[in-house]
Amino acid sequence: MDWMKILAAAGVVMMLFFMWPAYKHWSQNGPKAEKGDWQAVVLPLAAIVGFVVLLIMMVR
Amino acid sequence: MNQFDLSTARSQESVLETNKVLKNTYMLLSATLVFSAIMAAVSMAMAMPPMVYMISVIGAMVLGIFVLPRTANSSKGIGVIFLITGLMGFGLGAILTQYLALPKGPEIIGTAFGGTGIIFLGLSGYALTSKRNFSFMGGFLFAGMMVVLLAVLANLFMDLPALSLAISAGIILLMSGFILFDTSRIISGGETNYIMATYGLYLAIFNIFISLLHLLGAFSGDD
Repeated sequence: MDWMKILAAAGVVMMLFFMWPAYKHWSQNGPKAEKGDWQAVVLPLAAIVGFVVLLIMMVR
Repeated sequence: MNQFDLSTARSQESVLETNKVLKNTYMLLSATLVFSAIMAAVSMAMAMPPMVYMISVIGAMVLGIFVLPRTANSSKGIGVIFLITGLMGFGLGAILTQYLALPKGPEIIGTAFGGTGIIFLGLSGYALTSKRNFSFMGGFLFAGMMVVLLAVLANLFMDLPALSLAISAGIILLMSGFILFDTSRIISGGETNYIMATYGLYLAIFNIFISLLHLLGAFSGDD
């Protein structure tokens, strides 16, 4: 239904509009990553990717 | 009391405050998740159509943007967070009704539910035990969310199944990042309002569940 798409699009645009100040704040004032910080994030996220692949294989 | 005693007392006070926020956040999160599940069951019993999902999510989003930040410092905030999570649960029920009608529906829902629980507990445990401050991810996570929202907006009109799956995969990774970010902000004292902390974690769990449902449904051949 077209009105559903328009309603969803309005919702997404509203979210983008209200998320912009948070993005600006964190990109300008947020703390910068130190050595080893990104590695500490990539490892659990890689585990999540592997876990989701495992779940997909379980339901196939 | 000398300077050392003063700083020790302040540090103990800050640790106690952080533990209190963490405990209250997890208690409120558990209560809102149970309430959401009850509302989802009510919605399923009433066999709500899929459009109820979108209306509920937009209603909850409006409350989350305009009402919750103004009431989060008072007892009214508790009522608002239950209203938001209840609405989202009610909307979720409409989606679950659709999945239950699929041949592998109950299996997909059960797997997505268990998977979401394991992801949340695993990441929370990691953030709590590693004692790292993941606040440096803020700019990256919000930029990622804006990219995903632009992709969602484009796909509303393009209807590309591959892009839709890529968006779901991206949301799972971003929300996993938000769990680390939000949990470490509570631990480091960056978030002192347990209602806002609960809202952040609830949204991450909800989005992971919905995205996992979508991915599992699509790859099981049922979606």
